[in-house]
Amino acid sequence: MQNRVVFLLFLLPALLVAFFFVSALTEIFQYSFREFIPGSLDVGGFTWANFARINRPIYFFAILDTFWLAFLTALFALLLSYPLAYALVRTEREWLRTLLIILAITPLFTGEIVRTYAWTLLLGTEGMINTILKGIGLIDTPIALMYTRVGVVIALVQFAMPVMIILLATAISHVNSDYEKAASNLGASPGQVFWRVTVPLTMPGIIAGFIVICAWTMSAFATPQLIGGGKILMISNVVYLTGFSALNFPFAATMSVVALVSAFVVLALMKLMTARIENKIAIH
Amino acid sequence: MSKFNWRSFLFWTLIAALLLYMTLPAIVVIMASFNPGEVLSFPPNGLSVRWYIKAVTYPDFQIAFKNGIIVAALASTLALVFGSAVALLVSRYYFTGRGLLETILSAPLIVPHFTTGFGFLLLGAHLGITQTYLIIVMAHVVLVLPFVTRAVYVSLQNIDPNLERAAANLGASPIKSLWRVTLPLMLPGMAGGWLVATILSFTEFSASLYVTASRTQTLPVAMYNYIREYTDPTIAAISALLIVITTLIMIVANRFLGLRKILAIESH
Repeated sequence: MQNRVVFLLFLLPALLVAFFFVSALTEIFQYSFREFIPGSLDVGGFTWANFARINRPIYFFAILDTFWLAFLTALFALLLSYPLAYALVRTEREWLRTLLIILAITPLFTGEIVRTYAWTLLLGTEGMINTILKGIGLIDTPIALMYTRVGVVIALVQFAMPVMIILLATAISHVNSDYEKAASNLGASPGQVFWRVTVPLTMPGIIAGFIVICAWTMSAFATPQLIGGGKILMISNVVYLTGFSALNFPFAATMSVVALVSAFVVLALMKLMTARIENKIAIH
Repeated sequence: MSKFNWRSFLFWTLIAALLLYMTLPAIVVIMASFNPGEVLSFPPNGLSVRWYIKAVTYPDFQIAFKNGIIVAALASTLALVFGSAVALLVSRYYFTGRGLLETILSAPLIVPHFTTGFGFLLLGAHLGITQTYLIIVMAHVVLVLPFVTRAVYVSLQNIDPNLERAAANLGASPIKSLWRVTLPLMLPGMAGGWLVATILSFTEFSASLYVTASRTQTLPVAMYNYIREYTDPTIAAISALLIVITTLIMIVANRFLGLRKILAIESH
């Protein structure tokens, strides 16, 4: 009897949070099928028009760009985070481990605005990167980094790396280093040990990291907003523009639904791929 | 003395370069914050603390800081209570709908923050609470809950179930054994989860942009509004303060709780 009371005590908070979250998402679905009345925050009756509007090039390309930027960010974040995660797990010097974890993880906790602002200082035509490159004579005219896709990806990758490092480090720490030593004793070169032993064994972490960063980047807002400056539009920027500049809440809701569905489709596709790759590894 | 190891040298050079990439934004912000003039210059042509004075005396930032503290304190504490309950629920009980409930509660990690924020804005409008802290706190609890749940769940997995069985055998009721045995052992995980939740709530931006009103705006939202209107280094000063405070918190948390444990990176 008392067990049942304890169970309900644990269940109620979970249900409460789930209820509010589902209600919020339901509101978005509900709005996405409503008619927009210009000049009013009230909405009209049921319509498919919002979903038909997605076909317009500006919105369609914003969706494509969101996928493309998420893919690029996840790819570069993976390549750049792996060495750091590896060093973090495998180093035997405690001070180095502490230094690595503090420097690599702290950016995660300074927030989107602080980090994006910092990158605007670095990427501008008068920014630090261009000043240094000009100073050492590598370039004569500043490179355009602000308001470009390259600039947005440079900043997004840095945001993504702490999370990627956490996921990869978890995977690498689960690989028994005896396997690596055994391969090495059997005559494998360090490169072979890495590609034939370490990478396959950490594949679940690599895939998890890639998926999480894809989803995480799809929800980026401040970076494309401030560094893209309206030239690079992701779904998040379209939602903000239509929601707060045009006050078209129904269409903003529709684009939010697109973002939501996209995130889950990417997740599902990657889960499928994961299952296939893991099967392959198991056969080897 | 062994011969110079090129491979190791190259590896650590790469690591140093990557760390530079990750910390460069913080370094630049701190440099810019001491810039004497309104227009930033690299390298700086002097040192001044005038932007720090402006940042801490700027009324919008003062209000936003207070709002942020209130929201973060409420959201992280609620998330701590709810998240601990969820962690106990999923680690101890099997029931129909458990999988669905777990999926819904971890979905905020995948659902874009602006979608969650926009959803809560619409919900808030429906309930007539858009101008209040309540709607911000609700959105933040949903967003940070998965982090608390994960931290507490990991610490629960490390508890020897025999301890609870022993308590039960010695006549403790389930509630008493929870209170006297399980809870004390959960505390490190709860502390770590609460800390992460507090920081994430305080720095959350995308969802907060939707659910805050001008009276209730939190610090990142106020900073965003400032960046859109002004270009002087006030933002650099406030960012530098936030970076230094966060770094100090991380160092202390690492010393006392172990960042690897909080983040669930376990070494064997």
